[in-house]
Amino acid sequence: MPTVSMTVNGKAVSAEVEERTLLVSFLRDSLGLTGTHVGCDTSQCGACVVHVNGDSVKSCTMLAVQAEGANVTTIEGLASGEELHPVQKAFREHHGLQCGFCTPGMVMSAVDLLQKKKSPSEAEIREWLEGNICRCTGYHNIVKAIQAAAGAM
Amino acid sequence: MYNFAYHRPSSVAEAAAALAAASEGKLLAGGMTLLPTMKQRLAQPSDLIDLGAIADMKGISTTGDGVRIGAMTTHASVASSAEVKAAIPALAHLAENIGDPQVRNRGTIGGSIANNDPAADYPAAVLALDATIQTNKRTIAADDFFTGMFETALEEGEIITAVSFPKPQKAAYAKFPNPASRYALVGVFVAQTASGVRVAVTGAAPCVFRASQIEQALAGNFSPSALDGLTIDSSGLNSDIHASPEYRAHLIGVMAKRAVAAAA
Repeated sequence: MPTVSMTVNGKAVSAEVEERTLLVSFLRDSLGLTGTHVGCDTSQCGACVVHVNGDSVKSCTMLAVQAEGANVTTIEGLASGEELHPVQKAFREHHGLQCGFCTPGMVMSAVDLLQKKKSPSEAEIREWLEGNICRCTGYHNIVKAIQAAAGAM
Repeated sequence: MYNFAYHRPSSVAEAAAALAAASEGKLLAGGMTLLPTMKQRLAQPSDLIDLGAIADMKGISTTGDGVRIGAMTTHASVASSAEVKAAIPALAHLAENIGDPQVRNRGTIGGSIANNDPAADYPAAVLALDATIQTNKRTIAADDFFTGMFETALEEGEIITAVSFPKPQKAAYAKFPNPASRYALVGVFVAQTASGVRVAVTGAAPCVFRASQIEQALAGNFSPSALDGLTIDSSGLNSDIHASPEYRAHLIGVMAKRAVAAAA
């Protein structure tokens, strides 16, 4: 089995994996980072969104070996100690979740948007969330949370 | 997903050698189609040759008559490229509306056209803009490249390295996306080029095609009204749960008019 090495949430990690291991399985099963969820497993729902070299990707549709040498950030890597990331805080304050299953992916996707666009319009936020599906909230509070976070960042 | 041997070459030559040595090798570009296909066990390659570490295959440059886009350039890079926006804004706009942001961060132009999905967006741009496909062996004109459903002129062991797009006088792409997948139910790319008006249709038939009837109507009068009263023949168009051939034929006319109206 090949050995894959990458930086995850600022820490160098290395492990033997089967070639077919998906990045999401590597994060969850090898590293125990279970904040990244597997929803549809068909690259539609966005529950598995993480950042690879700063860009949001669906980790269920990327092999762990493709992330060799990459810098990966998961939901666990956003907060600094006890201090939540502004997007996490905004999701809590604006009740941007109900069951919470889609939330890690929503937050990671939103962070990527706000890195690329400081003050997105409501329409731009909704368009950006094309690849993140939430079956509880109807999206309204998620969009409000992202708008609030944009103001706070 | 069945397991496979994984290769991560750092040059096109190494990739070609790895592909030649494999019994059932497949090239891995962004993986947005291949990996889901492998998960469903609809593909079972013996070897995956990952093109992701070949620096030469990424990036966009301005050429004498347009832009050259490396095969491993992502949709997101094309959508945000100053060079593409300046030379062919319609192409940047097309890339910006493929799939969703995460798919655009991984999916590549080379992967898209090599796969030649009947409903993919890029084939319409490549064909309408009269682009040239560069491979490790030769250059292929767009008119000769797309040969059938999921079929191209690529030979065994041939690797797309870049696509060169000449700058058109005017161009635009209009698509009617499937509301769930965002694939084109019908997409029409219109371009006024040095060699005349070219119109390519994706999503409607088993393979992207040029709509000669629309091209002729627009040749003398490049305006939406030139397409008034035009009836598109529905024979040979796709029929599935999403749309009938007749509806797709109707959409071709509507999307063509919208594209002409938007052309810049």
